[in-house]
Amino acid sequence: MRLDQLPLRERAHIADIDWTALSDAEARRLREFGFGEGVAVEVWHRSGLLGRGPIACRVGRMTVAIRRSNAAAISVVQQDRP
Amino acid sequence: MNPAPLVALVGNPNAGKSALFNALTGARQKVGNYPGVTVERKSGRMALADGRPVELVDLPGTYSLTPSSPDEAVTRDVVMGAQEGERRPAALIVVVDAGNLDNHLRFALQLRELGVPMVVALNMIDMAERDGLVLDPQALSRELGVPVVPTVAVRRRGMDELRDALASVLGDGTSQPAAPAEPADIASLQRRARAISVAATVSETPVRRITHLIDSVVLHPAAGLAILIMLFFVMFQAVFAWSEAPIGWIEESFAAAQAWVTAALPDSFLRSLIVDGVIAGVGSVVVFLPQILILFFFILLLEASGYMARAAFLMDRLMAGVGLNGRAFIPLLSSFACAIPGIMATRTIDDPKQRLTTILIAPLMTCSARLPVYSVIIGAFIPARDLGWGIGLQGLIWFGLYLAGVLGAVAVAFILRKTVARGAPSGFMMELPRYQMPNLADVAIGLWQRAWVFLRRAGTIIMMVTIALWALLSFPVAPEGRSQVEYSIAGRIASGLEVVVRPIGFNHEMALAVIPAMAAREVAVSALATVYSIESDDEAETERSLGTQLQGRWSLPTALAFLMWFVFAPQCLSTIAVMRRETNGWKWPIFALGYLFALAYLAAGATFWLATALGL
Repeated sequence: MRLDQLPLRERAHIADIDWTALSDAEARRLREFGFGEGVAVEVWHRSGLLGRGPIACRVGRMTVAIRRSNAAAISVVQQDRP
Repeated sequence: MNPAPLVALVGNPNAGKSALFNALTGARQKVGNYPGVTVERKSGRMALADGRPVELVDLPGTYSLTPSSPDEAVTRDVVMGAQEGERRPAALIVVVDAGNLDNHLRFALQLRELGVPMVVALNMIDMAERDGLVLDPQALSRELGVPVVPTVAVRRRGMDELRDALASVLGDGTSQPAAPAEPADIASLQRRARAISVAATVSETPVRRITHLIDSVVLHPAAGLAILIMLFFVMFQAVFAWSEAPIGWIEESFAAAQAWVTAALPDSFLRSLIVDGVIAGVGSVVVFLPQILILFFFILLLEASGYMARAAFLMDRLMAGVGLNGRAFIPLLSSFACAIPGIMATRTIDDPKQRLTTILIAPLMTCSARLPVYSVIIGAFIPARDLGWGIGLQGLIWFGLYLAGVLGAVAVAFILRKTVARGAPSGFMMELPRYQMPNLADVAIGLWQRAWVFLRRAGTIIMMVTIALWALLSFPVAPEGRSQVEYSIAGRIASGLEVVVRPIGFNHEMALAVIPAMAAREVAVSALATVYSIESDDEAETERSLGTQLQGRWSLPTALAFLMWFVFAPQCLSTIAVMRRETNGWKWPIFALGYLFALAYLAAGATFWLATALGL
């Protein structure tokens, strides 16, 4: 599943990031925000009344807004519910 | 005597760096620019416990030493001792957010490898505790091998301890930095940062975070947008309503100064220069100060509280439509009050092409200086007819003029992003910081700096321009019985200009009025008043009687064309001057002048021809 498809408030972790789908600057910024394989991630908010806006996700202790097109480069695996 | 050692304040964005800078230096700050780049240099003095002075410089926030904007490049160059016009720092104060150690320690580790003596300010420790985190500063200090001081910069807590720690690492300020270690890659730094963060965390109790609760309302697709619109509606109401009285005081005091000089000096060109040139010119700029301060008061408040990032988040989709991103929203919004603070606010846009586009379209937002012009012309030519549902015809025209500016900006941004400001559609990636209560002293310091920058930069240039305009209107001296305005150089230029603007319905008086309006748009009103020789000091009186005068002399198509001209024309040289500052050269301001004049000419012409064809 891709990060932009992850339902709100579902715990997941990043399985893979397609760095080639991102520009150098975008890839660096994502790494600086703490995105990386194996990192836990959750989608908390979606902006969307005026079309498909960016999403706000929780990575580590940060809340980060990214566009859905960038989120589509990030593959996530949902964690099994207890 | 050796100069005071330089200490640099570094850290991630949203670590509370500026608040810490204010807490350490108080109001003793200097704002300048680094040579050759439009990056602000903020420095201030502080004293260590033993009284030794230290120069503290606040560096732009960045996530790593690999820069992605000119601001971030300055940070890298300063800490590495490679920035032109800046000494190598003798020590660093690294600010980290106690509630986000995983991320902020990575940059701290990267900075530690430079070998410069450093102190870590474990900032916003109160917010981390609110979020259920208990940290051990000693353990963190052991892991990092540098002093760690818990601080709450916005509440001014931990400052004495931080000064002591700084004094201990500074020594006598002459130590040479150790040889820099091999740079590690970002992923391994991140792993070490996480490990250290775990080692320094005593316990973590999961709590329902306040920020998340607020965000579930504020970022809600429907409710969030309603709140955004409401907030900015209140902001604009305040910009206009609260500024009325102070604007009156400023106008009165400048009028008093003019009266005083007039009485004190004999009638001469010197007196005319001081009264009509210098005082009138400076007054026409200073009069914007209340609106700028009120606007920045709100912007600083919204920024310090953490809301601005949310506004950018909500507006990103809309901005993406014209090739910009959410960050461009705030500067454009500010431009509705005045393009000058708007253009200054574009510094937060990291992509240079997007920043340029935003600067170039900012003058299309209907600023407050157009209001007197709109008010006179609409009042005179548009009947106050009620169209039903509480909508008046005059109000509709007002709205139409605002809309024309916005649509023009959308179209221009779209074209610029495909042509001269073409660039990769850099995405929108932004941290949404936690909400926090802003500190009023920090807001006050920010306001003071904005006011100073505005008065000094725009004030000097506009003063020269007004003096030039005064000269154009005063020379050569008209012989007895002939109008000075008509006989002056400006009058002759207007006769030349009239040939150009006649096709779009402008007459000689209008051609003359748009020349001094270059200094400030609302001057068009007083210029028309002068030309139609109405003697009145009271502005409202002038507007009323001017309106009746205009009704007799202008046709409706001419009046509408004049309105459209003011929607687009680059009629404020302070804006152009600020553009030059912010883009570091004359190329883009001249480009803006050119395209805005062309747009104004075409829009006014189209309006005139259409209105004439419709028989209005």
